[in-house]
Amino acid sequence: MTTKTAAPQRLRPVRRTRTNNARRRESLTALGMATPAVVLLIVFLVVPVALAFALAFTDARLISPTPARFVGLRNFTQLFTDPVFYKSLRNTIYFAVVVVPLQAGLALVLALLVNAKVRGINFFRTVYFLPVVTSMVVVSLLWTFLYRQDGLVNNIISTLTLGHFQGPDWLGDPATAMPAIILMSVWQGVGFHMIIWLAGLQTIPAELYEAAELDGATTWQRFRHVTWPGLRSTRTFVLVTITIAAFSLFTQIRVMTQGGPLDSTTTVVFQAVRTGYDQQQTAYAAAISLIFFVLVLTVSLVQRFLTREKD
Amino acid sequence: MVFRTRRLAAASVAAAAATALVAGCASGSGGSSSGASGDTLTLWTHNAGNSAELDVVKKIIKDFNGSQSKYKVELQSFPQTDYNNSVVAAASARKLPCLLDVDGPNVANWAWGGYLAPIDVTGSQVPVEDQLDSTVGTYNDKLYSFGHYDVSLAFFARKSVLNEHGIRIPTMDKPWTKDEFDAALAKLKKSGKFTYPLEMGTGGSGEWWPYAYSPQLQSFGGDLIDRNGYKTATGTLDGKESVEWGDWFQSLVTKGYMAKKSGADPNKDFLAGKSAIQWDGSWNATKNAEKLGDDLAIIPPVDFGKGPKIGGASWQWAMSSTCSNKEGAQEWLKFSRQTKYFVDYAKATSTIPATNEAATQVEDYQPGGRFAVLVQFAQKYATLRPVTPAYPYISTEFQKAAQDILAGADPKNALGQAAKNIDNNLKTNNNYSG
Repeated sequence: MTTKTAAPQRLRPVRRTRTNNARRRESLTALGMATPAVVLLIVFLVVPVALAFALAFTDARLISPTPARFVGLRNFTQLFTDPVFYKSLRNTIYFAVVVVPLQAGLALVLALLVNAKVRGINFFRTVYFLPVVTSMVVVSLLWTFLYRQDGLVNNIISTLTLGHFQGPDWLGDPATAMPAIILMSVWQGVGFHMIIWLAGLQTIPAELYEAAELDGATTWQRFRHVTWPGLRSTRTFVLVTITIAAFSLFTQIRVMTQGGPLDSTTTVVFQAVRTGYDQQQTAYAAAISLIFFVLVLTVSLVQRFLTREKD
Repeated sequence: MVFRTRRLAAASVAAAAATALVAGCASGSGGSSSGASGDTLTLWTHNAGNSAELDVVKKIIKDFNGSQSKYKVELQSFPQTDYNNSVVAAASARKLPCLLDVDGPNVANWAWGGYLAPIDVTGSQVPVEDQLDSTVGTYNDKLYSFGHYDVSLAFFARKSVLNEHGIRIPTMDKPWTKDEFDAALAKLKKSGKFTYPLEMGTGGSGEWWPYAYSPQLQSFGGDLIDRNGYKTATGTLDGKESVEWGDWFQSLVTKGYMAKKSGADPNKDFLAGKSAIQWDGSWNATKNAEKLGDDLAIIPPVDFGKGPKIGGASWQWAMSSTCSNKEGAQEWLKFSRQTKYFVDYAKATSTIPATNEAATQVEDYQPGGRFAVLVQFAQKYATLRPVTPAYPYISTEFQKAAQDILAGADPKNALGQAAKNIDNNLKTNNNYSG
C-alpha cells in the first residue's frame, strides 16, 4: 500500500534528474570529443600566433646568446623602409587579384562542363582533379623543367608557330616569371574549387531548371536566374578560400624562383620565411607575419561585408 | 547549470593546455645539459645518403668504441638539406648531441650563439698546427672545430679544346689574367661550338654562391665585409673593386659566355662537351679524370688583380656547449685525429686531406699525383669566408645580390643594397657582441 502511493511521487524528481544527468553527460561527452581539437588548436595555433605578435616587438633571433629584448616599433619602421617588402606586397596583391577571379571562374566553367549528363564525365572529373592531389612541391619542380628555355612549353610554342617564335626563359625573365607561376598555380588549384562548385550545382533542384525550360528561358537566362542565385553560399566559400590561399603564396616561389629574378616573384609569406629562417631574424619575420595577418583579416572582413545576407 | 559546466570545462581545457605548455617549457629549460646519457654520447652528422663519407664516420666510431670500454658513441645521421635546421631546432629545445659536424663558415655563428664549446685536442696524434688553415675553426682565438679534409675550386677544361683555339694552358706560376680569360672566352664563343663556353654552376643555390663567386670578388680586390673588426660592409662590398667584379660577372651573361641559369647537372654538361671551361669543386676531379684522362686540364683560378683565390673550409667536427660529458666527447675528437682517418676521408670522398702527411699517403694527392695541384690551391689560394657570427646573414645577402646582377640589376645598386642591409643587420644586432 505504502509503496503504491510513493511510486508516482518519486517518479517526477527521478525523471528530472535523469534528464539533467543525461544532458550533463552529453555535454561532457561533447567536451571530451572537442578537447583534442581545442588543445591542438591552442598549442599549435593560438599560442604561436600570440607569440608571433609579441615577438614582433622584440629583437629575437633564431640563433642568439642573449634573450630577446623589447625594442618597440623598430622592426616596423625598418620594414616600412625595406624596398623588398613593398615588392612583396605588390606581388602578393598582383597574384591574388589575378588568381581569384581566374581560378574561381575557370573552376565554375569546368564544374558546369562536368555537371552535364554525358558519358565518361567521371573521367574528365578525375583528370581535372588530378593536380590537386599531387603535392605542390612536386608540381612546382615539374613545371620548373617545363618552363626552361629549352623546356616543353617552349618546344610546343616553337612547333605550333613552325619555329617562327621562340618562347622566353619563363622563370628567368622578370616580365614572365609571375604570370608563369600564376598559370601553374591556377592549373594546380582549379580542380579543388571545381569540386566545390559541383557540390553547389548539385544542390540546385532540377525542378527549377525544368520550370525555366517550360518558360522558354535560354541557356544564359537559366544560368543567370537559376544557377547563379543558387550558388550564393558556395560563391562566398570559394571566394574566401581562394583569396586566403592566394595571399599565402609560398611553396611555388620557394621551389621555383626563390623570389627572383629581381624580386619579381617575392611574396609576403616568402619574405617572412626567408628573413625568419635563412636570415635568422625571427622578430623581423614576426613583424612581417603580423602585417600579413592584418592584411588577410581586412580583406576577409571586406569580403564578408560585401557578401553578407542583405535581409 | 549546463552553461556553467560548459564554461567550467572550457576553462579547465584551456588551463590544462596552458599548464601542459608551461610544464613543457619548464622541463625544456630545466635539462640544460644533455647529448649524452652517462658515458654514451650522441653524434650527429649531415651525411645521411652520402654513404662514402658516412662509412668513414661509422668506422671511426666503431674503432673508438672498440678501443676502450668507458665511452660509447652513437651515430645519428641527417640529410644535408635538413641538417642545419635540425641543429637549430635541437638547440632551441636544448637537445643538442654531444658531438656534431658543422659547415666551416657557420662555426663563428654557432660558437657565438652558444651552441658550441671550445675544444682542447692537445695530445692527439695529429697536432692542429699540421692542418691546412682552412680546416680549423676558430672564433675569438679559441679552437671550436676541425675538419679532416677540405675541398678546392678549380677550372676544369679539355687540353685539346684549349689547344685547338690557341688558348694558353695556365699554371700556378702564371695563372690567367682577367684580359686573357675574357679573350679566351671570346674565342671559344666565336668558334660557335659552344652555346655557353663557360660553366660556373649558376643554377646552384644556397652556400654555393658565396663559396664559388666571393673568391672572384676577392681576387678583384673587393670583399664581403671589411675584415678589420667586421663592423661594416659599406665601402667594401659596394666599393670600386667589388662593383668592377659585379660588372664583369654580369658581362659573362650579357656577352653570352655563361648561362644565366645553368642546367640541373653542370658537370654532366661539361663532360658532354656542352661547355668548354667549368668552374667547379675538387669533388668532381675524379669523375672528370676518369672520363677525360690525360686530356683533363686542372686550371688555377684567374688572377683578377689580387692573386687567384678560392674559398676555404668544409665540414668540421665540434662539441656542443650543452654536452653533459665533455671529457668523453673530447676523447672521441682526439681519437679521430689519427693520420689514417685523414687518409680514409680523402680516399672515400676524393677530397683534399687536411694534413701533408695524410696527403703523401693518398696516391692522387701525394706530390706528383694527378690532383696534387689541388692541394697546392688549398694551401696557397684558400681564403676563409668572413669569420663572424654575421656570416649566415652576409651569405644570403651576397647570394641575392649576385643573382640579381646576373638577372640584369645594376651591380652598383645591387651590391649597395646588400651592403646597406648587412650594415643594418650588424647595427641592430649590436655588431654581434655578447
